[in-house]
Amino acid sequence: MTVATDDLTETIDRIVAAHAGVAGPLLPILHAVQDALGYVPPASVPHIAEALHLSRAEVHGVISFYHYFRTHPAGRHVVQICRAEACQAVHCADTEAAARRALGVEYGATSADGRFTLEPVYCLGNCAAGPSAMVGDRLYGRVTPDRLEEILAEWSRAR
Amino acid sequence: MSVRVFVSRDAAAVSLGADELAAAVREHPAAQRLDVRVVRTGSRGMVWREPLLEVEVGGERIGYGPVTAAQLPALLAAGALSGADHPLKLGPVESLPWMKRQERLTFARVGRIDPVDLQAYVAAGGYEGLKRALGMSGAQIVQEVTDSGLRGRGGAAFPTGIKWKTVLEQSADQKYVVCNADEGDSGTFSDRMLMEGDPFSLIEGMTIAGVAVGATQGYIYLRVEYPHAAVALREAIASAKANGWLGRDIQGSGRNFDLEVRLGAGAYICGEETSLLESLEGKRAEVRFRPPLPAIKGLFGKPTIINNVISLGTLPVILQRGAAFYRDFGMGRSRGTLPIQLAGNVRHGGLVEKAFGITLNELLYDFGGGSASGRPIRTVQVGGPLGAYIPESQFDTQLDYEAFTAIGALVGHGGIVVFDDTVDMARMARYALEFCAVESCGKCTPCRIGSTRGVELLDRIRSTGGAPGDLALLEDLCDTMQHGSLCGLGGMTPFPVMSALKHFSADFSGRR
Repeated sequence: MTVATDDLTETIDRIVAAHAGVAGPLLPILHAVQDALGYVPPASVPHIAEALHLSRAEVHGVISFYHYFRTHPAGRHVVQICRAEACQAVHCADTEAAARRALGVEYGATSADGRFTLEPVYCLGNCAAGPSAMVGDRLYGRVTPDRLEEILAEWSRAR
Repeated sequence: MSVRVFVSRDAAAVSLGADELAAAVREHPAAQRLDVRVVRTGSRGMVWREPLLEVEVGGERIGYGPVTAAQLPALLAAGALSGADHPLKLGPVESLPWMKRQERLTFARVGRIDPVDLQAYVAAGGYEGLKRALGMSGAQIVQEVTDSGLRGRGGAAFPTGIKWKTVLEQSADQKYVVCNADEGDSGTFSDRMLMEGDPFSLIEGMTIAGVAVGATQGYIYLRVEYPHAAVALREAIASAKANGWLGRDIQGSGRNFDLEVRLGAGAYICGEETSLLESLEGKRAEVRFRPPLPAIKGLFGKPTIINNVISLGTLPVILQRGAAFYRDFGMGRSRGTLPIQLAGNVRHGGLVEKAFGITLNELLYDFGGGSASGRPIRTVQVGGPLGAYIPESQFDTQLDYEAFTAIGALVGHGGIVVFDDTVDMARMARYALEFCAVESCGKCTPCRIGSTRGVELLDRIRSTGGAPGDLALLEDLCDTMQHGSLCGLGGMTPFPVMSALKHFSADFSGRR
């Protein structure tokens, strides 16, 4: 899904207006854009830059700095697998391999059916119940390869 | 007669099925017949027992756990709502040895009360600290914090009172209090648990900080990976505002303090305070040169207190009970308690709050129960991705900032990641450098380039044993990173790398 230009302009204007008076508004605005559209379209950069009296380069620089902001639409659900030390200690590498196998993609890519985008994450703060994973904003603990397949099946069925 | 049942809303408990359990309790006919009230609390910190179900019987809370929603009907049929025996019964939760042996000051309320119920917070001693602070001068509050011996719990261990004194002494039209809630270190989750389990303690602590130095605006910079904490904080802030504990003229004192939650965007570097401030200002989170210190020129160029969640969340108890009470816990120059997080391959993982002075052995075996896999523990990494790997021969080290420094390690934010004997330490060393390469802000060369060169070196060493001199080159590279980087990311990544090489050199022979 990409966004038509008129709609995009309108959405950005609305979001920027809603952040009038906010100190240091760029990150809150980028969050709001991604919440509304699922990503931060490159076409939104000039609008945001103009509204905040920044250069396009400055806005682009901020978007590209942070792992969380995406400039292309993701699949319907984002699957994040934690690969930090605490999860490594309980063999998250097996869960990562199971995710790649089940979705048929590497990190950063979307499954062929457009349903899931697979991403690594460096700590979900669930380090006593690893391996950990997140689908959408649902957090899962003790995600063994078998459990991951169950979770993906649930998300495939339900939504 | 209604029965109260407690189920945690903490993210860890939810990740293991606590929401489903709470719903199952509410929907069960027996519970409906008995007019059961389900109270969602923070987590007690016994993560291996989550989802934990607690039933109030005769004023005592009887625990059952871990309980899945599927197990609930049988549990209720056995009479759990009146505290009956069952294989899952743990007994009175606060009398369990794991809970009883702790010294919970910062986490005193976590797991006991509904975290967003302001009345419950006040009934459990909440806002006593702020009330006392409102009757003191700024200098008196800062002195109290200094006397308590509290040191920055984010990891740097800088005396909190001294930082505050600098901010107090600045004259400015605006000062800020910023909470660093960008808890990105693997193996740490105490910030998250406190924000989800007792958010008012953080709100109260930040208000005390604002009152002390004359700051009227606070920001909690929360990592985006913590959606449950964001919900709890926003609910609690709204309630505090509605009840005159935030905003203008707090409780008729004439003092003002406002608070806002800001979300990060997945950058580990934002745990470094100056890059966090850049991020709050809406910029790329590149580390700032110091001086000037944030206490003098911080957020938007104004004097700023920036402290970790646990430091700020501990202020209410310090102000309530007094500096001497808090200082009496601990050892040496490490005063008070530390919420310690047992993580990774550990049987009984979770949160243990203890006075400084406890040894790793006690934590790993008495509390942790050894590894989850049942295999021998080979090493622990303390203090997150920038912390050293500690071998078993040093497990008798006491948790104390200076004792850890003496063995080349760091306490950091108190996270302990346990590894069993299947761990490949050359792989972990490579990971430390890979992580640094992924998360480097790019401002300084040793960190930006050094991390990538380090990954290449370790790939060569791991696959072939390396060329002659490769290990010396790795040591040289680490030396450059440690002494030439602008901040702790590049400067401390050598700790896990060099400690792995020092204590587990056999893993670097390229035979694995």
